[in-house]
Amino acid sequence: MNDKKVIWKRKPLIKNRLLRIGLILLISTYLLSVFLTTEIDWQRILEGIPRGKNFIFAFFPPDFITRSDEILAGIFESLWMTIVATIVGILISIPVSLGAAKNIAPKFIYFLSRGVITLSRSFQEVILAIFFVKLMGFGPFAGMVTLSLSTIGFFAKLLSEDIEDINKSQAEAIKSTGSSWFQWVNYGVQPQVMPRFIGLSLYRLDINFRESAVIGIVGGGGIGSTLNTAFDRYEFETAAAVLIVIISIVMIVEYTSSHLRKLIK
Amino acid sequence: MPIIKQKDYKTWKKFDRKRDLQNWLCWFLGTLIFSFCFGLISSKTIWFYVFDSHNEALDLLGRMFPPETNYFLTLIKPIWDTLNIATIGTTIGTLIAIPLAFLSANNTTPSKKFLRPLALFCIVSSRSINSVIWALLLVAVVGPGVLAGIIAIGLRSIGFCGKLLYEAIEEIDENQIEAIEATGANKAQIMTFGIVPQILPAFTSISIYRWDINIREATVVGLVGAGGIGIELDAQIGDLAWAKVSVILLTIVVAVVFSEWITAKIRKAII
Repeated sequence: MNDKKVIWKRKPLIKNRLLRIGLILLISTYLLSVFLTTEIDWQRILEGIPRGKNFIFAFFPPDFITRSDEILAGIFESLWMTIVATIVGILISIPVSLGAAKNIAPKFIYFLSRGVITLSRSFQEVILAIFFVKLMGFGPFAGMVTLSLSTIGFFAKLLSEDIEDINKSQAEAIKSTGSSWFQWVNYGVQPQVMPRFIGLSLYRLDINFRESAVIGIVGGGGIGSTLNTAFDRYEFETAAAVLIVIISIVMIVEYTSSHLRKLIK
Repeated sequence: MPIIKQKDYKTWKKFDRKRDLQNWLCWFLGTLIFSFCFGLISSKTIWFYVFDSHNEALDLLGRMFPPETNYFLTLIKPIWDTLNIATIGTTIGTLIAIPLAFLSANNTTPSKKFLRPLALFCIVSSRSINSVIWALLLVAVVGPGVLAGIIAIGLRSIGFCGKLLYEAIEEIDENQIEAIEATGANKAQIMTFGIVPQILPAFTSISIYRWDINIREATVVGLVGAGGIGIELDAQIGDLAWAKVSVILLTIVVAVVFSEWITAKIRKAII
């Protein structure tokens, strides 16, 4: 009697055997080359562990009181910066996103707007902030300009994708009434992208607040400069307080913005 | 949408009077808030510097051009480090995010009362601290270098991937799991044959998306000493060597566009 069992085996993730083995080889060579080219100083890490422990213990207990004026001023400055930057950024992004939608803009304007978006997306906020602080001096104005410019890349990219996805027949219906271009955009396109528009603005408000905490480190004003000053003075208790305040505000902002976005949906 | 009767003809308006007033009020309040905030910012601004900034910008551009092209050769190692920080950091972040996501998804969590809030707390706190701040803390602990950058990027990615992943897990199709259950599968088998195939597409697109973001983030962790091209940028700005700074900026643009191109390719191949 030959008792043949029928066994089911799971299908492999990638069907082509050659491709599968090739990918595994590629990944392992990459990992090996990373391992060989990165210098990791284990001695320093072993030394660092007790130092890190001291460093972390220096944060406790968080001290909200000594510098409470500065912390409050920093938070409010961050809030103003965030609000103004989000509004300015969105106002600039509207024409850019119209220009970057394939179905609306002519080729020349399309490429121009895409260029603006790519440029604004390439640089992290901190790098932009370094340059604007150099050009415009320390303070919240430089931070605001930075945040507005980086808003463009994010906002215009996502909004233009939404504009490209609009229902064509609705837009055509408006056009067939003999509307001008602005009327067409206002009545045919804008109502269709409005839910996404509001959702994205709230989301960006949330991101901008979070980023405003970092650009202060390079001189862009806001709660980040308070944090930086605390580090520079070796007042780690105050720094811990600032970090806790940042985390809790981010949580509140994120919670309300996601709640509002759900309501709008 | 009301039709308004004038004396001798009818006309159409988008909103009725009440809605018009509401809209107007919203715009009014918005403008008020904006001007208030802007006023506060402007009171802390030295406008002389701002109005002078175009001269400064022209001056800076003049110093940046022509870029010192042969400097690029010394940038190869830092940009390789930057890529590694992003890639390895993303890998570590997603690997830690997977169990956290399973613990915090409503339908897979083993204990709703204890483990779920804990996992959610980990996700939220990782999300709210920027990778530069993580790097700032880690440089003090493990010392300046690539390792601090990798850990910082990894820690920051946990929250992002964990959040998106647990939302994906909560949206899976329960029928498929029931079908697997009906064959008599145990918990682990349900996991591998019922849940994992359903979230795999979401998982890949989330990790690719995060990798793309991380390339950008990895360019700045160096500013606080955590390895990569940021260290070079910091050093050259400190030296006021603007012709070299422009090379660095160009390299960053190329790296970011390259990563965006790759992610678009992979996404197309998968979906």
